[in-house]
Amino acid sequence: MAGPRRIDVEEVNGVTIAKFTDKKILDETNIQLIGNQLFSLVDEDRRQKIVLDFSNVEYLSSAALGKLITLDKKVKAIGGKLRFCTIRADILEVFKITRLDKLFTIKETQEKALEGF
Amino acid sequence: MSAVNDLVDEFEVSIPSDAAAGHAVQERILGLIESVPFDDRDVFGIRLALEEAIVNAIKHGNGMDPDKAVRIWCRVTQESVRVEIEDEGEGFTVEEVPDPTADENLERPCGRGIMLMRAFMTEISFNSRGNRVTLVKNRTRDS
Repeated sequence: MAGPRRIDVEEVNGVTIAKFTDKKILDETNIQLIGNQLFSLVDEDRRQKIVLDFSNVEYLSSAALGKLITLDKKVKAIGGKLRFCTIRADILEVFKITRLDKLFTIKETQEKALEGF
Repeated sequence: MSAVNDLVDEFEVSIPSDAAAGHAVQERILGLIESVPFDDRDVFGIRLALEEAIVNAIKHGNGMDPDKAVRIWCRVTQESVRVEIEDEGEGFTVEEVPDPTADENLERPCGRGIMLMRAFMTEISFNSRGNRVTLVKNRTRDS
C-alpha cells in the first residue's frame, strides 16, 4: 500500500473493521491517501463487509465526504455492505446537515455495527 | 464594552494557491480565536468553514494556479470572527450550485462545502462576481 497507513484494518468474523488513525481528515493530500487505502479494500481485496470506525475522527471536510460516497458506491457495486460507527456528535451533525445519514448506515458502536452483518 | 476594546486582532494576508499556505492561515485564525470563549461546537464549525472556503478559493477559484493569489482578511473580536476570502477566479453563481441534499444529487460529491459553511456560520455571503466569500461567526451564548 502506497504512503503512510491512514487506516488500521482488522478482520472480525468475516467483517473488515477499518479505523481511521487521523483526528483531522481535512488536508487534500491526506484525503487522497485515505481514499486510496479505503478503495483498495474493495478494488484489490474484494472485501464485501466493511465497518468504518470513526472514533478517532474530530474533523471531516466535504472532500472527505466525497471519498466516503465513492467508497459506498464501490462496496454496493460488488454486492457488499458498508456501515459506519462511533461517530462523535459534531461529525454526525455534518452527516445530518448534508443528509448523508440517509445514504449511509450509521451505528452508535462497533458492536452494533457488527450485529447481523 | 466598546467595539474597539473588543478587538482581539485583525490582519490581511495574500497567499499563493497552495494548500499548505491555506492551512497556515487557518491555524493563524484558529490561534486568534483561542482567546475568545467560543464553545467547542463554534470552534468546530469555524475550522470546518475555513477549510471549505480556503480550499474552494485555491482549488475551484484559482484552479491551483501558482500565479494566482488568495487574499484573506480576518477580524476577531471578543464576540465574533469575520473572515473574507477572495480568489482571482472568474467567480460563480451560488444559486447555480446543485442542492447536494436532493435525492438525485445525494451521491454526487459537490455543493456540500457551501452547505456546511451555511449551517455552521452565523452569516455567509458572496460578492456579485462570486469570487469573494464573507464568513461571520458570532459567539454562541449559553443563555
